[in-house]
Amino acid sequence: MTDAPLKTPEPTVDRVSEAKSSSQWRDVWKQFKRHKGAVMGGGFLAFITLFVLIGPYIWALEATKLDIRAKDMRPMYTVLWNGEAKVGWAHPLGTDQLGRDLLSQLIEGGRASMAVGWAAMILALFLGTTIGVLAGFFKRMDFWLMRFTDLVLSLPILPLLLVAVTLFRQPLRANFGPEMGMFILIVGVVGITSWMQTARIVRADVLALKEREFVLAARSIGTTPTKIITRHLIPNVMSPIMVSATLGLATAIITESALSFLGVGFPSDFPTWGKLLSDAVQRMEQFPERVLLPGLMISLTVLSVNYIGDGLRDALDPRIRGR
Amino acid sequence: MFSKIMTIGGALALSIGTAGFAERGADGHVSIIYWQAPSILNPYLSGGTKDVESSSLVIEPLGRYDQDGALVPFLAEEIPTVANGGVSEDLTSITWKLKSGLKWSDGTPVTSADVKFTAEYCMHPEGGCAQASFFEGVVSIEELDELTTKVTFNQPKPNPYGPFMGGQSPIIQAAQFADCLGAKAPECTGANFGPIGTGPFVVTDFRPNDVIQMKANEHYRDPAKPAFATLTFKGGGDATAAGRAVMETGEFDYAWNMQLAPDVLAKMAEGGKGKPIAAFGALVERLEMNLTNPSPDLPAETRSTRAEPHPFLSDVRVRRALSMAIDRDLLVEVGYGQAGRPTCNLVPAPKIYTSDNTGCLTQDIAGANALLDEAGWVDSDGDGVRDKDGVKMAILYQTSTNAVRQDFQALIKQWWSEIGVETELRNLDASVFFGGDPGSPDTFQKFYADVEMYANVFNGTDPQQYLAAYKCGSEPKPDSQWQGENINRFCDPEYDNLIEEYARTGDIEKRGELGRRMNDMLTKDSMTIVPLVDRGRVSAHSVTLGGVVLNTWDSELWNVADWHRIK
Repeated sequence: MTDAPLKTPEPTVDRVSEAKSSSQWRDVWKQFKRHKGAVMGGGFLAFITLFVLIGPYIWALEATKLDIRAKDMRPMYTVLWNGEAKVGWAHPLGTDQLGRDLLSQLIEGGRASMAVGWAAMILALFLGTTIGVLAGFFKRMDFWLMRFTDLVLSLPILPLLLVAVTLFRQPLRANFGPEMGMFILIVGVVGITSWMQTARIVRADVLALKEREFVLAARSIGTTPTKIITRHLIPNVMSPIMVSATLGLATAIITESALSFLGVGFPSDFPTWGKLLSDAVQRMEQFPERVLLPGLMISLTVLSVNYIGDGLRDALDPRIRGR
Repeated sequence: MFSKIMTIGGALALSIGTAGFAERGADGHVSIIYWQAPSILNPYLSGGTKDVESSSLVIEPLGRYDQDGALVPFLAEEIPTVANGGVSEDLTSITWKLKSGLKWSDGTPVTSADVKFTAEYCMHPEGGCAQASFFEGVVSIEELDELTTKVTFNQPKPNPYGPFMGGQSPIIQAAQFADCLGAKAPECTGANFGPIGTGPFVVTDFRPNDVIQMKANEHYRDPAKPAFATLTFKGGGDATAAGRAVMETGEFDYAWNMQLAPDVLAKMAEGGKGKPIAAFGALVERLEMNLTNPSPDLPAETRSTRAEPHPFLSDVRVRRALSMAIDRDLLVEVGYGQAGRPTCNLVPAPKIYTSDNTGCLTQDIAGANALLDEAGWVDSDGDGVRDKDGVKMAILYQTSTNAVRQDFQALIKQWWSEIGVETELRNLDASVFFGGDPGSPDTFQKFYADVEMYANVFNGTDPQQYLAAYKCGSEPKPDSQWQGENINRFCDPEYDNLIEEYARTGDIEKRGELGRRMNDMLTKDSMTIVPLVDRGRVSAHSVTLGGVVLNTWDSELWNVADWHRIK
């Protein structure tokens, strides 16, 4: 009888220690798995990343190679309703008006678009979060940082871009080559001009959070501001950051295509999804696939990142987790 | 395809003769659409093509240029020349004689006073005449009698057909515009919106930037013309909509300037209600070779100036090889269809100035390779790019942003890679590229690239100024704020001599010969300019509209009096 009450706590303790050993990230993963959209999004993103990374080794056709005799070919599936369409297994997704293979252009273009999108998004997030948290947490910096944000918001982006290209194209091209130089320029310009929304949202959330009891508690036991920010604030503003991240990726891909269209982007024979899309608009009645395929790639990538963001937000929020 | 359409055009031109027997106004109504809307009917107050061409329905010059660029008398009895005594031996004056019995649309006679008044109107010191360049060098205008006017110039003018020739310089009625001289010109709304003219139509209703209604002129000099009793001139929209309205739905009879991709245009023509027609002027899409070094390592004072010759483009064999690698037929097929034809000439028209230079028309990759080998450019380090003395043959090739131009760039890059030349492509926004801002590094004048591509053309039918641009010293350079027309920095004393001789020569045959020689010096002899495509103008007309002869030297509506309905 005396043994029993003594013994009972043991398994409880064990269970507790077992629950502790299942780390926070395992819980996050568990929760994440329950969001079907997020899992599918993650799967698709992994697929598309692999597609652009190892694609060129499997489909070895050069994306910029012109073959004028094989121009204006249709994708293989066109045969289903139009037996006379000009198709061939040499170009399963068809070719453009100069005979460039659409499949290898999609692979090659995806590399550029994904790289620009991710890099610009990460830069914008980093800038936006830093400025937002600093402005929200330190009262002294708030006024100046937010006025600076307003200033950048009111800058007209297009003239700014033209000036940036005029000033920096030459040195960047000389140091990094035409393509890498342009990549740095575009990522820089897109990143520097799209962090403001994130900063504003993050600041608003931080302002509300820092008055909450757990932050007060942390402060009262002498936690340093740096620790408070990294331990308590950042994880709690993760959800708005994730949402802006998903939007930011889409904006970056689209801004890149707009830049190429204006002639301040990548060289005109360097394919990106955005450029494939805008080049094909003229002939979209006759060759809808040239608009649809890159468009689908952009939309699906953005959608999957969106779902991942949604799933991550749920998984990272301890209040939702486990429900 | 093109030749077929020209044959149809020829057939239509022949059928005008039969239409001549028709009665004035017998064919009812005709409607024309321009996708830019006219805002005024006085070409002296607006340089816009839409305004010049819409007003050409109403007011006419003494003479016009026909579809070949030849001069045809309109209000004049004949075209004055040195041979018929109309132009003085020393080329300083020209005497025009009006046809007798001409009447304005209000019934009053047309006299030399009107001709003299027109010149006074445009040359008024307080007025900002849009066509003042046509009257440059005019010292005096004298009325010799009722019908005869003498124009005197301040120096010999080998080409005295500036004033009163072509759609931009028509005769206006002295009585109507008498109070509209100088600063008051824009205030005369009534006259500017409804000029009294001698043309086949008179304005009944003018709505600026929208639509013009017209009816046949009762006092038109040919009693059987025009065949149409009324005319609607609609402005606005875009080229695609205008093309559809003529070729697919048939709502309009004539649409101007179809700037559309060849396959798009062909798709529209399948509509069957109308067809595109093309005519060629002097607009040439070309590659300009930089004879100077655009390297960014050079200081700003000497970069892309004659002080620094280009490391490899200064060798004529290299330039020739670059030209030989290009398949111009394919470029035309991809970019312009029937609105273009391959050319090797800088001056592709008028006929008298056209050199028989066709050597560049066949692509010769092997020949180009051999030529480069001979010039000492070989791939010594095995990276697929030719080099010599440590200089790689890498070309920066720039142009303005335009779908067709980017296709051209991609194709040409491919051909050049086949002869071991590495090409980097760059496209710039047209407003920057052609903007001429001396502060921007991206203008076509500054030419901070090895090769650039664009199109250019000369006004009128005489290429004197156009060819004179390639004189030594007229190149863009820092001292001239990078302004200048000698884009390639071409300099040849022999060429300069020819230009001077040309400016002194009045005889048209001799001028033609000199013009052809200068054209050859710039193109096939030195390959400084590598012409690619002679770009035409495409318009569309309804299959039931006859008599249309597309003209790139004058108003497209120049022969509207001959238009008729095919039944």
